[in-house]
Amino acid sequence: MVPLVKRQTRKGKHPMSEQKIIEIEVLRYKPESDQAPHSEVYKVPFTDDMSVLQGVQYIKDNFDGSLTFRWSCRMAICGSCGMMINGIPKLSCESFLRDYYPNRITVEALANFPIEKDLVVDLSGFIEKLEAIQPYIIPKEPRTLEQGEYIQTPEQFSQYIQFTSCINCTLCYAACPQVGLNPDFIGPAAMALLHRYNMDSRDGGQAQRMELVASEEGVYNCSAVGYCSEVCPKHVDPGNAVNVNKINAAKDYFLRFLSPKGGAQ
Amino acid sequence: MSKRRPYVRPMGGWWKKNPFYVEYMVHESTALFVAAYAITLLVGLVRLGQGEAAWNGWLEAMKSPLSIVAHLAFLVAIAYHAFTWFKLFPLTMPPIIVNGKKLEPEVVVGSGWTAAILAALALLGIVWRIAA
Amino acid sequence: MKTRKRSNAPIFWGLFGAGGMLAALFGPMLVFITGVAIPLGLLLPAGTMSYPKMLAFAQNFIGKGFIFAVISLFLWHAAHRIFHSLHEIGIHAGFGAKLLTYGVALIGTVVSAVVLLRVGF
Ligand code: SF4
Ligand code: FES
Repeated sequence: MVPLVKRQTRKGKHPMSEQKIIEIEVLRYKPESDQAPHSEVYKVPFTDDMSVLQGVQYIKDNFDGSLTFRWSCRMAICGSCGMMINGIPKLSCESFLRDYYPNRITVEALANFPIEKDLVVDLSGFIEKLEAIQPYIIPKEPRTLEQGEYIQTPEQFSQYIQFTSCINCTLCYAACPQVGLNPDFIGPAAMALLHRYNMDSRDGGQAQRMELVASEEGVYNCSAVGYCSEVCPKHVDPGNAVNVNKINAAKDYFLRFLSPKGGAQ
Repeated sequence: MSKRRPYVRPMGGWWKKNPFYVEYMVHESTALFVAAYAITLLVGLVRLGQGEAAWNGWLEAMKSPLSIVAHLAFLVAIAYHAFTWFKLFPLTMPPIIVNGKKLEPEVVVGSGWTAAILAALALLGIVWRIAA
Repeated sequence: MKTRKRSNAPIFWGLFGAGGMLAALFGPMLVFITGVAIPLGLLLPAGTMSYPKMLAFAQNFIGKGFIFAVISLFLWHAAHRIFHSLHEIGIHAGFGAKLLTYGVALIGTVVSAVVLLRVGF
């Protein structure tokens, strides 16, 4: 803990001479004029409470209004501000400039996605994957309104709660070389969401979802690098969802002749 | 008209960009040593099938300094394989629930390493008993 | 809806996993015994891997199974990993890469099976 007194002086008004300045190197890309991305360095004055996102906002407000990036909540919950910071996928709103100072930091659009412009990536492939996993409860036994709600015990709830915490920040995709090598790979977060529904006691859609899990775009693209789970800001452990489903898909592969239901052809 | 022209960055050399990936490539490359050792054993098996003289020739070849050095390298690499194989268990294996609680990753990894050590000692013991 | 092709990976992934497990449990000690201790005459009794002893081991059911599992599964494990690594470092050699990896594992499996059957029971 920083002593309170010290904090107050730090937070107080700085004379200009004490102003700290950090160099931020941003990978820029203007699709209408650039053939390829290039780096630009900006000298950004900052205070200890400023996030990398605020540093980038400072650049937009003071140096180049065309700098393009996504953000919304500034509190690590909307999942839109992901960037490669010194090559590591992070939420820029919860990464602080003071932790990098006095070194220069590099900021780049999330890896393994096409760059739309500057720090904005093309997420359309990811959105399609989210749709493809059938991200809704497919009831095991449909109930009528008169029959009332679907009951679930806390223990059943605990089976999938972890996988509901995903904020779709796609840091895990930026961490996954297999996504970069094969953009069709369903990838970590979509598999975590798929697993969330499979593990829900009210859901009976596992067999329907197996076609995707066991397909050539499915879980076997993963070679257990494990960096996805490492960078996930919400401890979803998407890598475990992928790997557990390798076992499920293998069972389905070898046992499908015994109990022929669901799965890809 | 759309000005969109999404830029796809090349993947070349991706594994050099992060120490995490470098470690991944190192533990993946233990496979080269596993393969080399398996082929050494395969040659031994073939020689065994060819009779006593051939087998003794193989045993003799295993005594060459080059072979000893190679096997020390296999030993290090395959031990590293064992180390990382179990280290990845919390990622690769379904969670184990004991009394309604997920087993801590350290416990899972530790049990794996313990099992590996016990298996190695058991193997040594069995070989000893067969030989004696 | 998009029709998807089922991946045949479970076969190779299963062999990879089995071989990886076997190598993790017994690999280091096996290397130590066959490649270090026996050649240097350390620890184990002299003649541990003499011709009569090894022949008897290869003729025994359990011994046969162990030798076969070690050689073939180690090869399948390594083949699968190397095949993926080739793809990862940008060598998408397709059939050539498959021949070099899974092909070698298949040949090793067949050869060891043939030898183990021919040494008798
Ligand atoms: S699984 Fe984690 S890293 Fe991946 S999108 Fe969800 S919150 Fe982000
Ligand atoms: S701005 Fe919402 S997560 Fe960072």
